[in-house]
Amino acid sequence: MESVVINVLGLAAIVLTVWWFWLAPKGSRQPAAGVAEALQILVKDGVYEPDRIRIAAGKATVLKFRREDASPCAEWVLFPDLEISAQLAVDQVTEVQLPAADAGEYPFHCQMQMYRGTLIVE
Amino acid sequence: MTETSSMSPQTFRLQGVSCAGCVKKIESALGRVSGVEDARVNLGDKTLVVQGSATAQACIAAVESAGYGAEAVQVNARVLRAQQREEEQAHYRQLLWRSGIALGLGVPLMIWGLVTGEMGVHNTAQQIAWGSVGLLTLAVLVFCGGHFFTGAWRAFRHHSATMDTLVALGTGTAWLFSMLVVLLPHVLPESARHVYFEASAMIIGLINLGQALEVRARGRTSAAVEKLLQLQDPNARVIRDGEEIDIPIDQVMVGDKLRVRPGEKIPVDGRVIEGESLVDEAMLTGEPLPVKKAGGDALTAGTLNKNGSLVFAAEKVGADTRLAQIIQMVKNAQSSRVPIARLADTISSIFVPSVMIIAVVAALVWYNWGPDPKIAHMLVVLTSVLIIACPCALGLATPMSVMVGVGKGAENGVLVRNGKALQQATDLDTLVVDKTGTLTEGAPKLTDIECDGDADALLQQLASLESRSEHPLAEAIVSAAREKQLSLSDVQGFEAITAHGVRAEVDGKTVLLGNRKLMQREGIDPGKWTEKAEALAEQGRTAMYAAVDGAMAGIIAVAGPIREDAQAAVARLKKLGLRIEMLTGDNRATAEAVARQLGIDHVHADLLPEDKEKIVADLQKNHAKVGMAGDGINDAPALARADVGFAIGAGTDVAIESADVTLMRSSLHGVADAVELSRATLRNIKQNLFGAFIYNTLGIPIAAGVLYPITGMLLSPVIAGAAMAFSSVTVVSNANRLRFFKPSQNGGTA
Repeated sequence: MESVVINVLGLAAIVLTVWWFWLAPKGSRQPAAGVAEALQILVKDGVYEPDRIRIAAGKATVLKFRREDASPCAEWVLFPDLEISAQLAVDQVTEVQLPAADAGEYPFHCQMQMYRGTLIVE
Repeated sequence: MTETSSMSPQTFRLQGVSCAGCVKKIESALGRVSGVEDARVNLGDKTLVVQGSATAQACIAAVESAGYGAEAVQVNARVLRAQQREEEQAHYRQLLWRSGIALGLGVPLMIWGLVTGEMGVHNTAQQIAWGSVGLLTLAVLVFCGGHFFTGAWRAFRHHSATMDTLVALGTGTAWLFSMLVVLLPHVLPESARHVYFEASAMIIGLINLGQALEVRARGRTSAAVEKLLQLQDPNARVIRDGEEIDIPIDQVMVGDKLRVRPGEKIPVDGRVIEGESLVDEAMLTGEPLPVKKAGGDALTAGTLNKNGSLVFAAEKVGADTRLAQIIQMVKNAQSSRVPIARLADTISSIFVPSVMIIAVVAALVWYNWGPDPKIAHMLVVLTSVLIIACPCALGLATPMSVMVGVGKGAENGVLVRNGKALQQATDLDTLVVDKTGTLTEGAPKLTDIECDGDADALLQQLASLESRSEHPLAEAIVSAAREKQLSLSDVQGFEAITAHGVRAEVDGKTVLLGNRKLMQREGIDPGKWTEKAEALAEQGRTAMYAAVDGAMAGIIAVAGPIREDAQAAVARLKKLGLRIEMLTGDNRATAEAVARQLGIDHVHADLLPEDKEKIVADLQKNHAKVGMAGDGINDAPALARADVGFAIGAGTDVAIESADVTLMRSSLHGVADAVELSRATLRNIKQNLFGAFIYNTLGIPIAAGVLYPITGMLLSPVIAGAAMAFSSVTVVSNANRLRFFKPSQNGGTA
């Protein structure tokens, strides 16, 4: 009995991991937030919040990051496809200037790729 | 606090602000202050930015009248960096405390276990004792490791798994299992009634310690930017209404007149209005000798005024100064990625969930097929795999090296635009070099004057004649006469004869200066001078025939002198394995003469600017990895086409913006420095990646127990925690070794 329970729990953990982290439908994610003057992207506890940001195509944009995580992971935010990066000061809002970009999805993340987000240009 | 009124925005930090109502009250109060054009409160970071000419004191009084507090803040890069450093220090201390408390519990527990071997729960007394320890461990998990759990939960909600996930799962599983042993020992087989509280506490302690050491080591990697920031003076002496006043550098405006006394740093970019002085620009350009500055000369923020007092007009302030641009560029380049990081990136992005699956599979294997005690083995394997597999070291392997490498470049006057350029510079096998301004001095100089009579008298006549000419070589002749303090005469009937030379009346005599064709056209026999002119041309000099009143008077030669250190730099580049090719718009004879002196075998002469780009493209078609060194403006197409473009010397805004690598010093040694630095950086990255890959690829199987048949032991989760914590420290420390990089040969003359 014990053996069955442990094996079932183990297999369930594997299935859950695969589903939750890789296969879960995108719809269950937070909807993408549009850039407004008041929008701040909170950098805390391993995630950007919101982590999906919608901006207009062909227009330079400013994103405001507020870093509340002092751990080294959160120190930089990188937009590799746009060749933009910024060092985020702790407990302060750092403005990141983004150049006009074509429509598409551009990932952004910290140096270690633990913090991850997506910029949706449309 | 300053009382100076200013048109530049002033920033204040607010106290007591908590809602949109407060924002409105403060903005309305500011609206009533005379001189305030715009006032904006940022509720997020509780700051107020005021635009207009109102004094800081008036703004603070208005905020206070609205019932809140305010203090002026100087938000410049230097202050921000200082704040950041303070935060880092606070974070470092906090991590050390967390680590100390967790290890304070974990170490005695581990010693107890090792000495007595009594970590099991077999009676009520042990249940009570270990239950108390379990509660203490819970306190450690909450107070010292709570951030791992909140981070893991938050990431989980975002369908994301991070390092926090692994730590939380590992330590949480160990604690939960141990509590199960304490509370319900009878449900487990006797051999599995073992507690792992010490593992939870030790892992939290060690990982906090590892992070603390990482914070400290990372602080050192950004030392280069700090050095650059320290070049900025916080204050400037401005002359307003005839009075000299010291004001914070942020309040200096374009057009302000500033005074810099001997020994002071130039605060902003500008142009000298009054005074003469030697200015040491080594900190920005690496140029070892101070440069003389007088009326009209450009000054750069961060350089050091040596011996005279200068008054200058501010032309660029704040983020527009060259120093600010350099700092920004270095910071950007430091955080850019090298192509070699792609593999690590791909792995990192799928790593954590994969490790979670591997951990469960390994645990099930041990449970189903492993030796007794199966449950204990299963738990140890699960915890160890989760803990040891954290990919932090992998994630840090390239950015840390790029950060130090780019910073080290800046210290040596080599500004690398991004990590990609840094990597590509390691593979170069061909370097094409523009001659003028790179191998030779940009401005031609008079090198020879030969005549049968008085050379100075002939030079005076020729310089007078050439003072009317706009030809680039004419400037060299006029400058030579000025250096000898020869006064120029009036010139009558000046005539420029296309592709031949010039003619005019100087002091009543007809003076001709030009090539052999000019003499033939005028029916003058050059005689013995032909031979001498050919000899000069063979040395790479442009020789011209001079005639006075229809008779040959002598010859004069002009050349761009070869840069003092060009020969040594070319030799050094060849030693680095680069094939050097020269590009020039000059004629072939002159170009080949220069190439001969420098030991360059391949010459492309008589080129138009577009030809240079074509040559680079042709070389690339033949699979060469081509670097191009030029002065950054007229060579722009070729610089852009090359695999790596080195903009030499100019250090202009254009060059900084466009080149892959900008060399602040006008020397080809900079290219060699850049190549050596890039090779050293890439080697360092490879060491880091190798270490991180080996760590993860060996670490996971060992934690999963592959060595058990040989050693009869499983990897303790505590050892796994220590290994994980110190892998990042090892990578960061190895990257910091790059700080000791020195170019093989200092190209300076000092």
